[in-house]
Amino acid sequence: MNANTEFSRRSMLKSTGAVVVAFSMSGTAEALAQTPAGRPPLVPTELDSWLAIARDGSVTIYFGKIDGGQGTDLAIAQIVADELDVPMKSVSVIQGDTGLTVNQGGASGSTGVRFGGAALRQAGAEARRVLLGRAAEKLGVSADRLTVNDGVVSVVGDATKKISYADIIGGQYFHSQIGWNNQYGNPLALTSPAKPKSPDQYKIVGTSPPRFDVSGKVFGTKPWVSDIRVEGMLHGRMIRPAVPGASVVSVDESSIRDIPGARVLRKGDFIGVVAPREWDAIKASQHLRVTWSQAPDPFPEMAQLYDHIRKAPVTKGDKQEKGQVDAAFARAARIIEANYEWPFQSHASMGPGCAVADVRPDGVTVWTGTQKPHFAAQGVAGCLGVPVEKVRAIWVTGSGSYGRNDAGDVTMDAAVMSQLAGKPVRVQYMRFEGHGWDPKAPASVHRGRAALDAQGNVLAIEFSSKGFSRIETNSTEADPGDTLAGMLLGHKGARTAAFNLPDNAYTFENKRMSWETIAALLPGPSPLRTSHMRDPLGPQITFGSESFIDEVAYAVGADPVEFRLKYLSEARDIAAIKAAAEKAGWKPGRAGTRRTRRGDIVTGRGIAYTQRTNTIVAIVADVEVNERTGAVRVPRVVVAHDCGIVINPEALKRVVEANVVQGLSRTIHEEVRFDKKAVRSVDWLTYPIVDITEAPPVIDVVLLDHKELPPTGAGEASMRPLAAAVGNAIFEATGRRIRRAPLNAENIKQSTV
Amino acid sequence: MARYTIRVDGRAHNVDADPDMPLLYALRDDLGLNNPHFGCGLSQCGACTVHMDGKAIRSCSTTIKDAAGHDIVTLAGLGTEAKPHPLQKAYMEEQVVQCGYCINGWMMTAAAFLATKKKPTDAEIKEALTGLKCRCGTHAAILRAVKRAADSMA
Repeated sequence: MNANTEFSRRSMLKSTGAVVVAFSMSGTAEALAQTPAGRPPLVPTELDSWLAIARDGSVTIYFGKIDGGQGTDLAIAQIVADELDVPMKSVSVIQGDTGLTVNQGGASGSTGVRFGGAALRQAGAEARRVLLGRAAEKLGVSADRLTVNDGVVSVVGDATKKISYADIIGGQYFHSQIGWNNQYGNPLALTSPAKPKSPDQYKIVGTSPPRFDVSGKVFGTKPWVSDIRVEGMLHGRMIRPAVPGASVVSVDESSIRDIPGARVLRKGDFIGVVAPREWDAIKASQHLRVTWSQAPDPFPEMAQLYDHIRKAPVTKGDKQEKGQVDAAFARAARIIEANYEWPFQSHASMGPGCAVADVRPDGVTVWTGTQKPHFAAQGVAGCLGVPVEKVRAIWVTGSGSYGRNDAGDVTMDAAVMSQLAGKPVRVQYMRFEGHGWDPKAPASVHRGRAALDAQGNVLAIEFSSKGFSRIETNSTEADPGDTLAGMLLGHKGARTAAFNLPDNAYTFENKRMSWETIAALLPGPSPLRTSHMRDPLGPQITFGSESFIDEVAYAVGADPVEFRLKYLSEARDIAAIKAAAEKAGWKPGRAGTRRTRRGDIVTGRGIAYTQRTNTIVAIVADVEVNERTGAVRVPRVVVAHDCGIVINPEALKRVVEANVVQGLSRTIHEEVRFDKKAVRSVDWLTYPIVDITEAPPVIDVVLLDHKELPPTGAGEASMRPLAAAVGNAIFEATGRRIRRAPLNAENIKQSTV
Repeated sequence: MARYTIRVDGRAHNVDADPDMPLLYALRDDLGLNNPHFGCGLSQCGACTVHMDGKAIRSCSTTIKDAAGHDIVTLAGLGTEAKPHPLQKAYMEEQVVQCGYCINGWMMTAAAFLATKKKPTDAEIKEALTGLKCRCGTHAAILRAVKRAADSMA
């Protein structure tokens, strides 16, 4: 093998970005298979799979996850820059292209830095070790006498003896091996003799360089996936049944014959239209006459949703128990019990899903906004019946990335359409699909019970959840049956039943936590199928569990902050709660006694706390409630956030701020509306979200930086306790405990407690 | 199908289209511009916003027929990296976006607003920007950026 072969990945990067058309014309997956001579295979064990150093010394990182706008790629770059001792300005990140990156699981569960960063950190350290070894040879000294500064290796004590990374390896492959744990996806970890730096050696981690993607977005110079154009591409739109579950009986193609170039693409119940011009495709989708079968009503009345959940047969359950819970309840002087309800919610991404697919005899390329492009490539291969090696998925930033949204479905729709059409096809959903047909965050019910002794001590706590699975539709599209197109074409999908337990460190002596799942309302391609949405089940469960903690505090006449601290023992949990309370100016007092009133406006302050994969968040929310109208305003939110070591404090603050706003939106507005026949919340009027007049004017973020700890994930944790904090504040303000989300005027006015 | 002349970012273009085709598709598909985005097609979100004769309009709900003959400015015409509009500069400084799909609407709407209103109050800025959607929840950073831009233009 020729170690001097120039690598060409950087030039490939250029062709996958703004000048994508040129790339697509040069071929698809097949072109990629024809690797330049000497290029090592794209496998985890090749150091070249993780990073490259160009002739000018610039470093390219190959990241097998993606950043949806929170700055994950930036954090990765900071971590690697520190390991390599190179300046940030010379580092760039290629992400989510299955032809250029190893499958690290895509965006998933706030693991971008936690797991993805750990792997790249090791790769960076190993690259430095290898480079120092080669420098030692060239400089004729032992490697332990070398130091690196801004990508230049020099001999300690003799600065004239030096050589740059660029001169050592620039433009060439490492051809060096690195170990791994044989697990693709999120758990992928790398091993090597190199020892990564200790945090006290960091120069770039812990600082706040600017994000890579902001400029391209602000000046509109970088494409979103919806901006990808391929020569000869058709525009496609899907046709959805008015009543989910209905089958296509007949299609009157003459209904669109006056629309230039418009064609129907159909395979069983998979039905769409294509046209050379986008507006014509939209018109065709609106004009096409399709006769659908009479389908039975797929859903219960919306008002019956929570009754349905309570009565539905259990498909799976899990339980965690500590101590003697039943015995504690048997000897309780007093038992507190409360039930909570959370509706279906929609990703409602800013733009409805969009993807471009180019299915050719020699290979398939999809440009996708899905969070998990490697898995999507597997699903596309399975759905189209082609080998996975022939499918290349190129992630391009999409219109919102909060979990398994419609980006996963539209990718498969585009692929199937392109195969049927024999041409590249760009599919963009319409607004009603973005709201109406995305996989939903599950609706659920929750129950808290507490056994108290005569002095108001907690003898036992019980918390149970019941709801739709968080992965009824899997969070990856690796199985085509986990996409609408795949289901319409007969793929079954895994249909996994899973829910979560509350995540906290309360020390109650006797504790039972459990969950149960129920079947989907309509199996198959249903607009109420359920999957992951930012912090899957976190807001639901924590709304119940942390509202209930507040209810118990109130029942025993305790201060909500003091009550929580009484039942916590771990320093980080205690520190987070104290930090939030202190920053907020929390005035201790018995729960429910500190409201203030000005005319119709009552104000209150509430706290909630949670863990999430060892990240700890405490939130104090202030609310104002108009007692006459029930309108809720949140003037201030304080977040204390401990996610271990902080990589980029300024970027992290913005992540937390945005989670607070999106979390507030889900808390006070969001509810998927449906009737027995269909989902009826299909746009921004029927599915309102917060606007700029409602976003909290003050969001104080207190970062509790633990340089001695690994990063524990920050993308989602602050979403988790927000609803409970707001609900607890509403109780403080009004004396009313709102146990049904959203906490809107309707539910506040209906509440009698 | 008819021929329409639209002036976009200072240049005239001829587009053959149905009179009822929204301007958005002429800008995106005929002119190949990326910045106005399809968000809802219903005038509910603002992702498609452009300026028509200096006013912020929703190009998803303005027909090519009604846009013909008018001066259209898109984000690309607002400023460039070399010569940024004060809003773009402020967005960079505040590191505003997450997914960024909405940002065209926020910037174009705010640019039209700040062109007519000097030294706006927070309440006036919010009032001008109601009706725009940001799903990622970057509203706090957006407000900081618009205030920063307003200050720099005062």
